[in-house]
Amino acid sequence: MTTVTFRDALREALREALRSDDRVFLMGEDVGRYGGCYAVSLGLLEEFGPERIRDTPLSESAFVGAGIGAALGGMRPIVEIMTVNFSLLALDQIVNNAASLLYMSGGQFNVPLVIRMTTGAGRQLGAQHSHSLEGWYAHIPGLRILTPATHADARGMLRPALADPDPVLIFEHGSLYNVRGELDDHAGPVDLDHAAVRRPGRDVTLIAYGGTLRVALEAADRLSGAGVEAEVVDLRTLRPLDTATLLDSVARTHRAVVVDEGWRSGSISAEISARITEEAFYDLDAPVGRVCSAEVPMPYARHLEEAALPRAEDVIAAVGRLGGCGGSDG
Amino acid sequence: MTAVASGGRVGDGSVAMLRQMIRIRRFEERCVELYSRGDIRGFLHLAIGEEACAVGVTEALDTDDAVVATYREHGHALARGLSMGAVMAELEGKVEGCSRGRGGSMHLFDAPTRFYGGNAIVAGGLPLAVGLALADRMNGRERVTACFFGDGAVAEGEFHECLNLASLWHLPVLFCCENNLYAMGTALRLTESETDLSLKAASYRIPSWEVDGMDVRAVREAAARAVEAIRSGGGPHFLEMRTYRFRAHSMYDPDRYRQKDEIESWKQHDPIPTLSEALLAEGVLTAADLVSMEEAVDAEVDDAVSFAESGTIEPVEDLERFVTTPAPADADGGRRS
Ligand SMILES: Cc1ncc(C[n+]2csc(CCOP(=O)(O)OP(=O)(O)O)c2C)c(N)n1
Ligand SMILES: [Mg+2]
Repeated sequence: MTTVTFRDALREALREALRSDDRVFLMGEDVGRYGGCYAVSLGLLEEFGPERIRDTPLSESAFVGAGIGAALGGMRPIVEIMTVNFSLLALDQIVNNAASLLYMSGGQFNVPLVIRMTTGAGRQLGAQHSHSLEGWYAHIPGLRILTPATHADARGMLRPALADPDPVLIFEHGSLYNVRGELDDHAGPVDLDHAAVRRPGRDVTLIAYGGTLRVALEAADRLSGAGVEAEVVDLRTLRPLDTATLLDSVARTHRAVVVDEGWRSGSISAEISARITEEAFYDLDAPVGRVCSAEVPMPYARHLEEAALPRAEDVIAAVGRLGGCGGSDG
Repeated sequence: MTAVASGGRVGDGSVAMLRQMIRIRRFEERCVELYSRGDIRGFLHLAIGEEACAVGVTEALDTDDAVVATYREHGHALARGLSMGAVMAELEGKVEGCSRGRGGSMHLFDAPTRFYGGNAIVAGGLPLAVGLALADRMNGRERVTACFFGDGAVAEGEFHECLNLASLWHLPVLFCCENNLYAMGTALRLTESETDLSLKAASYRIPSWEVDGMDVRAVREAAARAVEAIRSGGGPHFLEMRTYRFRAHSMYDPDRYRQKDEIESWKQHDPIPTLSEALLAEGVLTAADLVSMEEAVDAEVDDAVSFAESGTIEPVEDLERFVTTPAPADADGGRRS
């Protein structure tokens, strides 16, 4: 075991990918000389050279689209978009090309592309720099959407993502980069198909991913003090959703609360809630609860941003509203 | 805007421009202190070294012209006439801020001075400027929209789409490119196949000029010429201002990608001493005038900080206010969206 930052784990995964496959290259704004906007690719230019660590001009649509083209041409590109906010300039390429080519070519052209980007709020960056649109991307057939929340996933998701014959988007929550954690010295590829139970419990299932996993775990700790044992499920992959793990947990706890940094209306939390209701309605003792971001463009002022984001106390309150959980909160 | 100089003689306006540049410089220097104390948060992009661009262009505009700027826009806002207190209060997240504390440093807005922000998406402001100008054209108004953006924006598709549209429709836009040679950590020569940016504008048949962005009088002269041409129906114009930021891209940036001697050599062209020395030599300004001007600016900055610190924070109950336009009867009552 070694203690590393989330950023280090991501960088190690990039390094391994670049070493093990000549077709892999990284491109994006400031990934090379600057070392990456969040320093994830620091040092890779020196190790792999400018052909494989390619700085691009500010032209998201062009370099994401070029990543798609290079994938069609036999390469295994990893495209870094600085943040999800700027991915909106490349949305056309992602949705109309990357996600659609295989299907609309009748199965002829698959796009083995990985796109990484930072997501999320919490650092007082204001409305245009605080989006959480991973749930939105999970709406698109043809894409796989990954949201690593642990160091093992930061380290292990890239390799299977590159092995996937189709486009994979990896969302790295900005608040996680500096978080230190233990990583197995032999940490390797992880499975992408299953959600993970991060904390077992019997009274309620808290469903989270990426940046909200920590919020759910904190809430679970505090609930435990009040005699409520929450099970915490980390979705890990937002598309395709591992519904089976969710249903299995709900079959045991009979209650669920989804914790999602996205806006509530039309969100991934709505999808999860619908699936549980469709497939496990008779297991439920209460309607599925949701804790989402307030439906506002993210405000700058600290107290407003805090109020707009899902907090542990909001999760605890939502669990309380379900009723019947036992414990002093229930 | 023709501000009257305080502490200097009114001549060709140069003294007023000097005062504006000193205001911006001192304001931003104070921002650095407040940022390290944690009173200002989020991203903070300083334009120290680039003041002549904002001041020179703004001086050439009328009060009913419009301005669209980027996330590096403290100087543009102050030059445009936003009060220093309102800008500082915004940076501190207070209701008295020019955007109620909801925008922060990257999103300064002010309707009375037609200051349309504060856009943090590179090249995101250009289409707004084209539209503002379109509305003026369709209403037969002789107003100009000045749109500021960096050299990095030139690589974005929106830049090209907007220049084409503005030229095709002959719209009254003054495109103001602040070419400081870097887009975050990437040098212009590494991102542009053609580094002469004015050539790009020219390829859209837009008259374009390069100007020394460290010389505020040169900037104002070029901008005034362009504004006059635009107002008399000459269509969009493009100014490339060659400038340099003396500090890192933002407070988060370790600035590993620029050579010390490059930064030092640009500091030799600091727009503020360049102008003050010229004005002293020309006899337009005395050393005593300069001292009292600086003292007045320092007092203004102190007042702005006190104003911001004594400001109030928005009640959390108002979080959802203004997501959509409040119903008229309720405009001040805070309808929940
Ligand atoms: C579309 C988009 N991509 C990336 C970014 C991140 N970013 C913010 S500022 C910046 C550099 C812009 O450089 P330039 O246009 O030259 O303006 P300067 O900062 O030099 O004033 C980058 C890459 C962004 N804000 N928007
Ligand atoms: Mg620049």
